[in-house]
Amino acid sequence: MNFDKIVKTAKKEYKSLYKSENPLILIGSATCGRSAGAALVKSVIQDELEKNNANAEIIEVGCIGLCYAEPIITIFKQGKPGIFYGNVTKKTAKEIIRSYIVEDDPLPEYALGTIGEGKIEGIPLFFDTEVLKPQVRRILRNCGIIDPKNINHYIANDGYSGFMDAIEMAPEEVIEKIKESGLRGRGGAGFPTWMKWQFCRDSGGETRYLICNADEGDPGAFMNRSLLESDPHSVLEGILIAGYVIGAKKAYIYCRAEYPLALDHLKHAIKQMREYGFLGENICGSGFNFDIEIKEGAGAFVCGEETALIASVEGKRGTPRTRPPFPTTSGLFGKPTVINNVETLASVALIMQKNPDKFAEFGTDSSKGTKTFSLVGEIERPGLIEVPLGTTLREVIFDIGGGIPGGKKFKAVQIGGPSGGCLPENFLDTPIDYDSMTMAGAIMGSGGLVIMDESTCMVEVSRYFLEFSQRESCGKCVPCRLGAKQMLDVLTDITEGKGKPEDVQLLKDLSEGIKMGSLCGLGQNTPNPVLTTLKYFENEYNAHINDDFCPALACKEFIAYRILTEECNGCRLCFKSCPVDAISGEKKQPHVIDQEKCIKCGTCIELCSGKYDAMECIPKIEMDEGK
Amino acid sequence: MEDKLNEILSSYGGEKSELIPILQDIQSNYGYLPEDIIIELSNFLKMPESEIYGVATFYSQFRFTPVGKKHIMVCTGTACHVQGAPQIVAGIERHLGIKEGEVTIDLEYSLESVGCLGCCALAPCAMVNDEVESHISLKNIKRLFKRKKIKKK
Repeated sequence: MNFDKIVKTAKKEYKSLYKSENPLILIGSATCGRSAGAALVKSVIQDELEKNNANAEIIEVGCIGLCYAEPIITIFKQGKPGIFYGNVTKKTAKEIIRSYIVEDDPLPEYALGTIGEGKIEGIPLFFDTEVLKPQVRRILRNCGIIDPKNINHYIANDGYSGFMDAIEMAPEEVIEKIKESGLRGRGGAGFPTWMKWQFCRDSGGETRYLICNADEGDPGAFMNRSLLESDPHSVLEGILIAGYVIGAKKAYIYCRAEYPLALDHLKHAIKQMREYGFLGENICGSGFNFDIEIKEGAGAFVCGEETALIASVEGKRGTPRTRPPFPTTSGLFGKPTVINNVETLASVALIMQKNPDKFAEFGTDSSKGTKTFSLVGEIERPGLIEVPLGTTLREVIFDIGGGIPGGKKFKAVQIGGPSGGCLPENFLDTPIDYDSMTMAGAIMGSGGLVIMDESTCMVEVSRYFLEFSQRESCGKCVPCRLGAKQMLDVLTDITEGKGKPEDVQLLKDLSEGIKMGSLCGLGQNTPNPVLTTLKYFENEYNAHINDDFCPALACKEFIAYRILTEECNGCRLCFKSCPVDAISGEKKQPHVIDQEKCIKCGTCIELCSGKYDAMECIPKIEMDEGK
Repeated sequence: MEDKLNEILSSYGGEKSELIPILQDIQSNYGYLPEDIIIELSNFLKMPESEIYGVATFYSQFRFTPVGKKHIMVCTGTACHVQGAPQIVAGIERHLGIKEGEVTIDLEYSLESVGCLGCCALAPCAMVNDEVESHISLKNIKRLFKRKKIKKK
């Protein structure tokens, strides 16, 4: 096959989409778009086009990252820039089709921004908006723009050119390029990618394997899912390059079963690669033989750890083993194996498509390039972002994310998943890079940023992480299996009002033991959320233990709901919704809550809030004093 | 029942490393891992049943009892947690009259809490069969999981 010819055809196909007389409509249909109603929007658009006898090409694309504005559609009309519309509903979809497609009025009030050459009155440039201006889209360059199920779209945007260049070079030359780029593993630990590859090459032997780790078990992180759903070929190209460099004939993608759409797109993309001759024997006449197989994860957090992941691919219980030997020496089926994260491999493809300098133009001295983050929790604009490494937490949370909703105060940002830590306000100006995060007591992790406001109790959050880690402990080593359970019990006691003054020291001692004695990263990092919250929020622990008070008014044991007699109009909303019949009162008369019966499920206050605001949550001690 | 199993096994070579994909295939066909099927599988892979159970029980994906027609998996990832997932789980439990891990008597719904579904930007969320429902609140539980009225005496 002739790559130049493929590129020519692909570019022609891709360009014709935008040159056609028919408008082009892109619908964001990644998991976030779908759950927000992309399918409904699509069918409304189709109906409306038919009704108006209008033609348009409709393409399902991935996620552009503005998950908070899903469903998002983008409309391109001949000779005009594309317009992004956010929060599209059944009603606005109809209006947009009628008004813009049929009558040529672009409805600026619904638009998020324009993309491409030209300007439309009243609509900002998409990449100049608050959310996107501080971002640098490299890894996510195709996401939400191309059809993830069409390999030609990827090829038309320089796809597979990096691989074509790589196979013209000796593997050592490719390693040199990756070394120049300064790429560090995006899975969390930040080990230099070139070095891992070199170790594997140096370990000799005929058979070697590559594993792409797409397990992404960190709660709060979805960068890999988004990338695999929106631009799977960028990861697959990276796998080809890495496979060629380390001398592997086979690669496995270990992807979690909880990501059905990502799996579907991957399977589809691999089929296309095969059709185009990017997999199989003698790829592109280079003599390189290579194949990719998908292994579905089966729900075990510990399988993100390299040796546990290998055991799982071999069909065993996913328990880690001691290292050395490291997987690069003895990995899958005892052969040298490289395990790279999804984003690392996408970065490899990018470096080879552009060049190492272009990759390294952003970032800090020790952390090069850009990094994707999932920005979630109590934040105005949650979504997927990509920024240069070294961007501060404040820029990410307040400039891009728009700060905390509901006028509440920022309390902490959780970075690095259950293995990371919670950083308070005075760390907001810390740059996000591998070393600064470690110094602050958190870790970069894979890039999940969970924002917490003043209504989040830090003791309860620590308890949550401990519950997670001890449930996910594989049970092989004692410090992790029993130690984490002990810590969880202590934390549960504190949140339930049974905390003792000596508990804080006990938690610190247990943490030290678990850190020192555990076999793998899961165990060693289990105490991290507790240690950081103890360091930065010890007052909250003390308030629970000594004062029977939860400062965030989150722990059930320490709160009470009360109806404000002067505000309550007796609408009966709360009365009807209470699952335990704890609310009583006559129609149109103020109601009361029976504190003995109340289970504090929160249903009544959720219904009343914003409507009548006749209910408040107060510390239980105040209620007791009031009696 | 046998035919379905044979069809599944025919696409595998009988290697031990295929155990997890085979179990996943069985579960997606039967809805869970039935005991008699595990016995058959143990013959096919020439592997003791205990070893198969050892692997199957390790991973949270595998179930040994059938699920409801609509299997609800409430996400308890960090973003969902800080935005009220525990209250949502409790709310659904009350609404359906079952505890987490159980199935309703009419076999209509089953409820499970799972780790992160990766839909954090639209938290709190849940997966119902293969579809993600986002922005779940105590207010919309009843609408999302409609039930036939149980007649009260």
